[in-house]
Amino acid sequence: MIPMSELLWIKNGRVIDPATKRDGRGDVFAAGGRIVKSLTPAQRKSARVIDAAGLVVCPGLVDIHVHFREPGQTHKETILTGAQAAAAGGFTTVVCMPNTSPPIDNAGTLQLVLAAAAKAPVRVLTSACITVGMKGEQLAPHGTLKANGAVALTDDGLCIQSNELMRRAVEYARMFDLTVLDHCQDDSLTEKAVMNEGAVSTRLGLKGWPHAAEDIIVARNIILSHYSGAHIHMQHISSAMSVELVRRAKRDGIRVTAEATPHHIALTDEALASYDTNFKMNPPLRTEADRRAIITGLRDGTLDCIGTDHAPHSPDEKDREFDYAPNGIIGLETALPVCLDVLVRQSKFKLSHVIDLMTRRAAGVLKLPAGTLAPGAHADVCLFDPDEKWTYDATKGFSKSRNSPWHGQKLTGRVHATIVGGRVVHETGK
Amino acid sequence: MPWTRRHFLTIEELSRAEIEQVLATAGAFRRILDRRVKKVPALRGKTIVNLFLEPSTRTRISFEMAAKLLSAEVISFDADKSSTTKGETLKDTALNIQALHADMIVLRHSASGSPHYLSERLGIPVVNAGDGAHEHPTQAMLDVFTMREKLGPVKGRKVVILGDILFSRVARSNIHALTKLGANVTIVGPSTLVPPWFEPLGVTVSHNLRTALADADVVMLLRIQHERQAVGLFPSLGEYTSMFGLNQTRASWLKPDALIMHPGPINRGVEIDSALADSDRSVILQQVTNGIAVRMAVLYLCAGGQPEHVAPVE
Repeated sequence: MIPMSELLWIKNGRVIDPATKRDGRGDVFAAGGRIVKSLTPAQRKSARVIDAAGLVVCPGLVDIHVHFREPGQTHKETILTGAQAAAAGGFTTVVCMPNTSPPIDNAGTLQLVLAAAAKAPVRVLTSACITVGMKGEQLAPHGTLKANGAVALTDDGLCIQSNELMRRAVEYARMFDLTVLDHCQDDSLTEKAVMNEGAVSTRLGLKGWPHAAEDIIVARNIILSHYSGAHIHMQHISSAMSVELVRRAKRDGIRVTAEATPHHIALTDEALASYDTNFKMNPPLRTEADRRAIITGLRDGTLDCIGTDHAPHSPDEKDREFDYAPNGIIGLETALPVCLDVLVRQSKFKLSHVIDLMTRRAAGVLKLPAGTLAPGAHADVCLFDPDEKWTYDATKGFSKSRNSPWHGQKLTGRVHATIVGGRVVHETGK
Repeated sequence: MPWTRRHFLTIEELSRAEIEQVLATAGAFRRILDRRVKKVPALRGKTIVNLFLEPSTRTRISFEMAAKLLSAEVISFDADKSSTTKGETLKDTALNIQALHADMIVLRHSASGSPHYLSERLGIPVVNAGDGAHEHPTQAMLDVFTMREKLGPVKGRKVVILGDILFSRVARSNIHALTKLGANVTIVGPSTLVPPWFEPLGVTVSHNLRTALADADVVMLLRIQHERQAVGLFPSLGEYTSMFGLNQTRASWLKPDALIMHPGPINRGVEIDSALADSDRSVILQQVTNGIAVRMAVLYLCAGGQPEHVAPVE
């Protein structure tokens, strides 16, 4: 449970809150777990004071795409360890994917997950399945799932292949104002595929996953959204053509949103030259042209937010021949420095723009009450030094897994403190 | 320049000088193969394990023959009877073989990159006997060896690789070896099996057999895998043969003394007319013989031997 009574005074930081257009030196106050405009002199005396000089003070980061593996795969991650990793990365609100074992396709499993989530140090929300068992056959009870707390629907990596079923799913989910999150992949084009199809897969002799497989489903979803009026969110866009399809759809006023991962904006398929399975994920890393197109999509608003697709796998599971290793990498503890590096330093985004993509706009996709320091909002805050250099050691991270492409890398930008409901849940080095 | 590599994983990573070293060492062993007594004591006391996790007859026998002629002990590991079917990982299988005091592992595996993966986890040399669609480096060495034996230097020669390039580790290794040695390589076949992504490797991609074969010094055929038609990569074997099979007419487009090569196993009457496979221009069986010498060279070098120490005299 998050204690709601603390008084908090965060002093002298550079406060950046895109939702309230705030960007400048100042203080942030919290009382009773909420952001307040100010504290009385008496309150200030008893408040916990955090000196944020030299730090950026922004809303706690929001990630609408994480895998916490509970129940069923707790050797990879638990809701607790995942939430600790989130806190270490500056995230205060995360949305879990329902591909647990069993999957979150019924109220009982959902309640089990939310009971564990209630004890976590950050706000752990969850999506639920579109179809029973994520089998793409029968709709899961969307209304019941919503009533029990699901914040979105998705069949996660098992993209619904039947256009008819997807149509009915988004029509039905719309009745409950539930967004459908889609991992866009036409399975018929990606059988046994393990990396992007192109010159690098050809050289490495690995089976390629053509971006056309993503583009076809993105186009399908745009058409179904247009047809039904339902909101469909495209997860982890990896292809330049998909960015362009979403751009056109938004221009046409179609209710679609889309996200990008830190790894798809930082890395390309060239990184696979040594068959390192910590660069294997789905959708795969693509070409430099795709990478640049995704960054452009984030710049012009085509892509709504950053989502990490934090996907833990145990060292044994990843220590396999490339073909046999599971897809996915962890990302919560490295997302902020990677985005600062790629978007701010390399691509000249304003710092407030990147914070916006990781807070207000991420929350906005699912209309979550998060991502702002406006008075009355949850006192969820991230304090970070945008210039601090540090070396990320995945073996010493908070996630139960280590499958990160940034293990051993020098990163710039480090979270110093994470605050949830006015309570400090993470401090660097503590 | 001494040979410094412990593993033999890809042609891509070799320098031109290293390729020359392998070929020179293979040349010395090739001369030994013509002796009445072919066996040399170079690897006496060493044990080599052939870890073949994908079916192979020719390559496995060739590696066994090479090891035996070097006086090594050889144990060949049958995928079907292996503990891999009991859920043991490749790493654990290989670590056990190492713990059993094997001195070298020769790996054939359907997963691309698996020899590289093992090489990073074992203390003993790993030799790639073919990994997925990635590389088959000893095959490329024996192909180049055979070309040089018949034609002299390959620099400036036109070599055409014809067939299922997309899934071929033989094609990839040959592309690397031949381009490093200065040959002009053209790959040709149906557009579904010869994608444009090979161009960055320095080859010409073609779907026109006539222009591809014109004035070629070598045509290397690859086996057409029957199962590919089932997934729609080409319509039928009959269509393949009529569009891309090497027959007498098409062979006449080659240079008169051009070599016809094939890594085997061949499908007579599919990718190659049976009479051509048996003709004077075909060096298919000489490739097989040279394969022993090349594999002797690779095993010898990875075991710590140096090229100049191979006795080249009778």
